Amino acid sequence: MGDRTFQILTLAAGLLVLVILVLIAASTTDQSTSWFAHEGISGIFSKTWDLRTNQFGALSFIFGTALTAVIAVILSVPVSLGIALLLTEVVPRRFARPLVYVVDLLAVVPSVVWGLWGFLVFAPWLQTTVYASIGSFFKGVPVLGNLFGPPVGGAVSGVSFMTAGIILAFMITPIITSLSREVIATVPTMDREGAYALGATRLEMIRGVVLPHSQGGLVGAVLLGLGRAMGETIAVALVIGSSVTITSHLFAPGYNMPAVIANQFGEAFGLQKAGLMGIAVLLFVLTIIINVAARGIVARAARRGRGA
Amino acid sequence: MEEPEQTVTNLPRPASAYQQPRVPVDRPPSETIFEARNVSIYYGAFKAVTDVTLPIYENEITAFIGSSGSGKTTVLRSFNRMNDLIPGARLDGEMYYRGQSLYDGDVSPTAVRRRIGMVFQKPNPFPKSIYDNVAYGPRINGERNKGKLDEVVERSLRRAALWDEVKNRLKTSGLSLSGGQAQRLCIARTIAVEPDVVLMDEPASALDPIATGKIEDLMHELKSQYTIIIVTHNMQQATRVSDRTAFFSVLTDGDGDTRTGVLVEHGPTEQIFQDPRDSRTQAYVTGRMG
Amino acid sequence: MAADTAQQAKADLREPTGWRRTKNRIATVLMVVSFVLVIVPLGFVIVTVIAKGASIISWQFLTSDIPPSVLPANFGGLGPAVLGTILITSLATVVAVPLGILGAIYLNEYGGRGLLGRFIGFMADVMTGVPSIVMGLFIFSIWVIHFGYSGLAGALALGCLMLPVVIRSTHEMLRLVPNSLREGAYALGASKARVTVTVVLPAALGGIVSGALLAVARAAGETAPLLFTILTVTAPNPNVFSGPNTALPLQIFSNASQPYTGAQARGWGAALTLIAITFILMIAARIVTARFGRYSR
Repeated sequence: MGDRTFQILTLAAGLLVLVILVLIAASTTDQSTSWFAHEGISGIFSKTWDLRTNQFGALSFIFGTALTAVIAVILSVPVSLGIALLLTEVVPRRFARPLVYVVDLLAVVPSVVWGLWGFLVFAPWLQTTVYASIGSFFKGVPVLGNLFGPPVGGAVSGVSFMTAGIILAFMITPIITSLSREVIATVPTMDREGAYALGATRLEMIRGVVLPHSQGGLVGAVLLGLGRAMGETIAVALVIGSSVTITSHLFAPGYNMPAVIANQFGEAFGLQKAGLMGIAVLLFVLTIIINVAARGIVARAARRGRGA
Repeated sequence: MEEPEQTVTNLPRPASAYQQPRVPVDRPPSETIFEARNVSIYYGAFKAVTDVTLPIYENEITAFIGSSGSGKTTVLRSFNRMNDLIPGARLDGEMYYRGQSLYDGDVSPTAVRRRIGMVFQKPNPFPKSIYDNVAYGPRINGERNKGKLDEVVERSLRRAALWDEVKNRLKTSGLSLSGGQAQRLCIARTIAVEPDVVLMDEPASALDPIATGKIEDLMHELKSQYTIIIVTHNMQQATRVSDRTAFFSVLTDGDGDTRTGVLVEHGPTEQIFQDPRDSRTQAYVTGRMG
Repeated sequence: MAADTAQQAKADLREPTGWRRTKNRIATVLMVVSFVLVIVPLGFVIVTVIAKGASIISWQFLTSDIPPSVLPANFGGLGPAVLGTILITSLATVVAVPLGILGAIYLNEYGGRGLLGRFIGFMADVMTGVPSIVMGLFIFSIWVIHFGYSGLAGALALGCLMLPVVIRSTHEMLRLVPNSLREGAYALGASKARVTVTVVLPAALGGIVSGALLAVARAAGETAPLLFTILTVTAPNPNVFSGPNTALPLQIFSNASQPYTGAQARGWGAALTLIAITFILMIAARIVTARFGRYSR
């Protein structure tokens, strides 16, 4: 095989990435034009998703995606950062390796198994123990009751926004942890030693040297985790409760973008199907934006010497 | 060229198993293998080497000496178009190999490198078996016959004075050899393709004195069949092995900002070391500078 | 006075007092707690899956046909799903890994530094974040609508998920191969293609295979891309190029919401099988890196 042919072959493989991305955008948009046309801008962002009246607004799902992803990030980031710091600053080198394997083991559990366990074991347990007690504690309390109290006219539910958020947190932790570890590892030992030499405690060294140095990369890692949380489908589909609603109650069943597609696309037709495709387009655009932003921030930070 | 009686080439050499006296070799009148004319080499905007004019003669060992940054390696690598691999590298002037211009548009660099081989400063054996390392060159030249390959491998390893040490473990990894052995493996690999010329970029600088001695002995033996150009930091080495020497130096302009390499002078080794024409050469070889 | 300074000197050598030390201790405790917070649910999941799934695993389970959901656990098995997972994941691997390696070769050996090359590299990284359900709907739009459901469609969707992952990990491995190897091969008169294929790739092979194994492990566990490309049927379909099919993750998904204990038990069994497959692949990846990853450390 000629040199030139090989070079062209490799270029073609590289271009395939761009081609696929363009095709994804094009084909899903094409399949959903009837929905965009029918609903218009106001319709797309309306709350109503009703087969009977043939109205398909995506707002509830966008809300659900945002809520569950935010819960996941709030829960996961401190934990991931803590583990990353533990493994890079506290634990001696020799023990860090096997512990890293253990954290990576989290990634061995496929999404659907998280969903299975979440639905059959975790959610029921949460409902009867944790949610029930928190719910009754906050029932009637002015502001917090709207968050943690039982939803109006119903009870706390194991399958809910909160459970989905918790499961998502479990799933994105290995990613954020491993990326954070990579970023923190680029902090020069010289700078660390400089802080210690001034008599700083480990916490002070971390706050004074490691965090400022790696802030760009850490932000990027969190954004990537956020993107992952938004796109995760199956686990959420099983534990979110499949209820089209917008509510502040975290323990209420709800829905989000990937979950509604997974659950309804199979039997959908016509406008509903186009609507689900349209939701996929929105999801695609959203995750691309977040990923581009994340990678861009990491790249900028690396150039300025402040992380990764 | 007659054997000189009392010269700097009689300096003591490191002990080696292949100690041989230097005897004059009967050879045909020197043919010019390479001719560089007003060669300047640029890396992007940076002019690494300025205006080099230099002949290289057949079946001789030519040494390039000079301080760091004087362009010796750059010029060496231009002989087999290895500088092409560096983005932004460019050569002005003319470079002839056996009368043919090396940098013509229709000259293929890979064809050039099949005839002009190179041994590097740090030994770089492939992560393959010793056998596969040496057989790599003949294989890419199309040789498939196992018998012929066996023959080439043995012949090259013998010529590189490595055969006896590895003949029982040809299938072991090339990376398992010591520094000196690995370098001899790289030499065997280079001569397995039967090149015309062998370029050596400080081939012994990463090796201990005993291994160095073996490499130098090797050069003497290879000289009868190949033309060798060697870049070296070690002046004693240059006097021990080379027939001709070219001395390079760094030229700085008034404010010391732009530095470029220049060829100061070249000639028979004894003359360069005993009776140099240029004062810079004199300063370098007597150790006053560089 | 001397006694005072001596006292003072002694005090300065003790640990930072009071609040500083306490804060440091609290921080360390929090870090350990984070680790535990992550290990505990992981432990629970794995223990639960093993506890509920181990009893149903048997050769019969892995090979028998899928029974109606209502039947109890000791009837039938998930053979078609096992077959489907193996066939479809293998097909996806065959498609994605060579293309991924070629793409990575382009990025590292040829065009990586130019504008196009850097853009492709950036977008390949971005592509790893595309949600798996979007990939599934993408293949549905351009393939299934025209050619129907098939294992091949599912393999294409999985392949699209694997491609950027393989490109990224292979790219990293190629970067680690020292340049001196390439120079040695060039100096022997090898062309760029030959240098890449005969010297660089073999040198990076351990790391490349390891990265590919991890990509396969991830693909084997994916459900969403398969939902609307292979559908979910219960009959075995060894022909991966035509007709709907099934796979382990899909069976878990459909069994999870069934009220019948038999179906749920089969779901746990499938979960255990899936985790075992993923785990084996990840261990294999580590072994390959350890034994063959000369330049990947």
